[in-house]
Amino acid sequence: MSFLEVHALTKTFPDGTRAVRGIDLAAEEGEFIVLLGPSGCGKTTTLRMIAGLEAATSGRIVLGGRDVTSLRPSRRDVGFVFQFYALYPHMTVRDNIAFPLEAAGMSRRERAEVVDAVARGMGIGKLLGRYPRQLSGGDQQRVSLARAVVRKPGLYLMDERLGTLDSARRLELREFIRRRQQEMGVTTIYVTHDQEEAMSLADRIVVMCDGSICQQGPPMVIYGEPASLFVAEFVGSPGMNFIAGSIASDGARRCFAPDGSPARVPVEADSPAGPAMLGIRPEHVGIAADGPIAGRVVMDEYQGTSRCVHVDAGFPRNVVARLPAGHQCAIGSAVRLSLDSSRLRFFDSRMGQRL
Amino acid sequence: MTQEPFLSIRNLSKSYGAAAALRSVTLEVGPDELVVVLGPTGAGKTTLLRTIAGLEAPDEGSICMGGRDVTRSSPPERDVALVFQEFSLYPNWTVRANLEFPLRAPGRRLDRAAIGGRVSWAASILKIERLLDRKAQHLSGGEMQRVAIGRAIVRRPRIFLMDEPLTNLDAKLREALRVELACLRRELHAPMLYVTHDQVEALSMGDRVAVLSEGRILQTGSPAEIYTRPASPLVARQLGQPAINLLNVTRAGGWWRTAGGAAIAPADGQEGAEMILGVRPEDVSISGGDCPAVVRMVEETGPAKILLVDWAGCEVHIIAAAAAAVRPGDTIRPRVDASRVILWPADSLGS
Repeated sequence: MSFLEVHALTKTFPDGTRAVRGIDLAAEEGEFIVLLGPSGCGKTTTLRMIAGLEAATSGRIVLGGRDVTSLRPSRRDVGFVFQFYALYPHMTVRDNIAFPLEAAGMSRRERAEVVDAVARGMGIGKLLGRYPRQLSGGDQQRVSLARAVVRKPGLYLMDERLGTLDSARRLELREFIRRRQQEMGVTTIYVTHDQEEAMSLADRIVVMCDGSICQQGPPMVIYGEPASLFVAEFVGSPGMNFIAGSIASDGARRCFAPDGSPARVPVEADSPAGPAMLGIRPEHVGIAADGPIAGRVVMDEYQGTSRCVHVDAGFPRNVVARLPAGHQCAIGSAVRLSLDSSRLRFFDSRMGQRL
Repeated sequence: MTQEPFLSIRNLSKSYGAAAALRSVTLEVGPDELVVVLGPTGAGKTTLLRTIAGLEAPDEGSICMGGRDVTRSSPPERDVALVFQEFSLYPNWTVRANLEFPLRAPGRRLDRAAIGGRVSWAASILKIERLLDRKAQHLSGGEMQRVAIGRAIVRRPRIFLMDEPLTNLDAKLREALRVELACLRRELHAPMLYVTHDQVEALSMGDRVAVLSEGRILQTGSPAEIYTRPASPLVARQLGQPAINLLNVTRAGGWWRTAGGAAIAPADGQEGAEMILGVRPEDVSISGGDCPAVVRMVEETGPAKILLVDWAGCEVHIIAAAAAAVRPGDTIRPRVDASRVILWPADSLGS
């Protein structure tokens, strides 16, 4: 039995909106699970049902072997880290952070030690004597996060906590959350729309869309072997490139022919013949004089560690290649693209699932 | 910049009581240039835009547009368009009415046909034609921000001022709109000043980037210049994900060494000299060096792996290939690409 088990969970709101449409989910003790999906996919509603802030329409939630489906939030032993977590204005930062420990009956000395350790880890050690109104917005968020992770509940629930922070700060905090979670071994469910955050934090990513789970697995499996066009597009920044066409034999070789294009892309011999959507990650597209696809550079996004070059090859969507930062391409220049044949992924062009 | 700048700001300062929001900011934007001002929350980015728009009066300094001093001109005289991170639309109005609104302002005197033409033009550039008769409140976040940008471009202002327009959007939409904005900008051929805290936006969109910190511009240059030759550790830290590694090093036996003794890069100069050495995570490889390091964390990003290693007492980030077989607890021997190392005087950490 897993530490957290969610069975056939659904939520239908009074206006008829089916936010969650029967999901099954299990988390092992100490596992870090990220629910990833666009706005409105049902990830936050799922989290709120696990927290007890939203009643399930049907289904069961079992936590540590105990059915908690109808228990109040306070009886579930979960720690919330939600987006707008207010601080007590009349208490110092130290007292705010220590509050959950005090409520749990921890001694003054122990409290001080735990608060010091957490505050140091988050770079707010110097702020402990201040009041919330004396802090910047970013520091207030860090204090509220510190308060949320100071206690060791059975389960942490986190909701896009980092979304409104500066990007540099977000990165620091991400590392802190991961370390803290590993040290304490607390099972965590984290909700985000940011695939990069999901990739870096998760032991397992659960991709959601329209109230259902479309794929779950370790980050590199989700990234490398997406089960559908939706997952392939949503995960990765930028997402996977897609080219519509068909696979056929061209003499002795197996080739992919993009619709309406004379280009022929060699593919592996066991690829199934017929219409298909070809998918390939930007880092597996190269620029080579003998590449099979001809196009014109329409945009060049420098990103420091690399650059993304957008090429119009006459397909409905531009093809993006991730190249070394030093590889400059003038806008408007003609280029030929090569695709790493071992990295091609094929999808059903109508239904979107992996072939 | 070969052409005469359209916008030219000289020594602009602004304080609110004792708090200095802008400290002698000097900045130019060419007639067809996109300049990104990059800085964290509270750096003074919004104050800078509001001052240029004429919504705040500077304490000192001057603002010129198109060769004319506008420091004391009213906002309408300046004819700038501001786009904010909040999608400021009238929720009960249709998209069309929202787009027409700035054109109906008193003093514009555009006839019906001209207004219709401008709205169609803006809608087609932003691909929102099919939304024209929908009410703003029924739009998604991405659609709302497109309409808000549309409302700025219909006026054909002399300059666009953008205040983190993508911040409130989902990560995926942000990425898509970033590309759209970059394309749009090439069609408009208008000067644009774009402020953000997002270094990816700054590097990928800007013709030039100005790094702002505590009201002061620390460095201005092309994205690649700022990224590869940052003027100070403070600038270096604003760009790059994960952040640049900054190590206190001392010259010993012809090498820059950390306090723990790890030899980082060959050194010339005086024995015993102390410096701050900066090296980007992608310029450290996971093998080929002498001094061992222990891997603490491994993060997947998809195209690559980010490692956090303990290297002779220093925490160092390394970007490794996605296929690299490295796990927490492994011992590796990192090697720094000496040609990519940046050195600053030992006392420059806070600057």
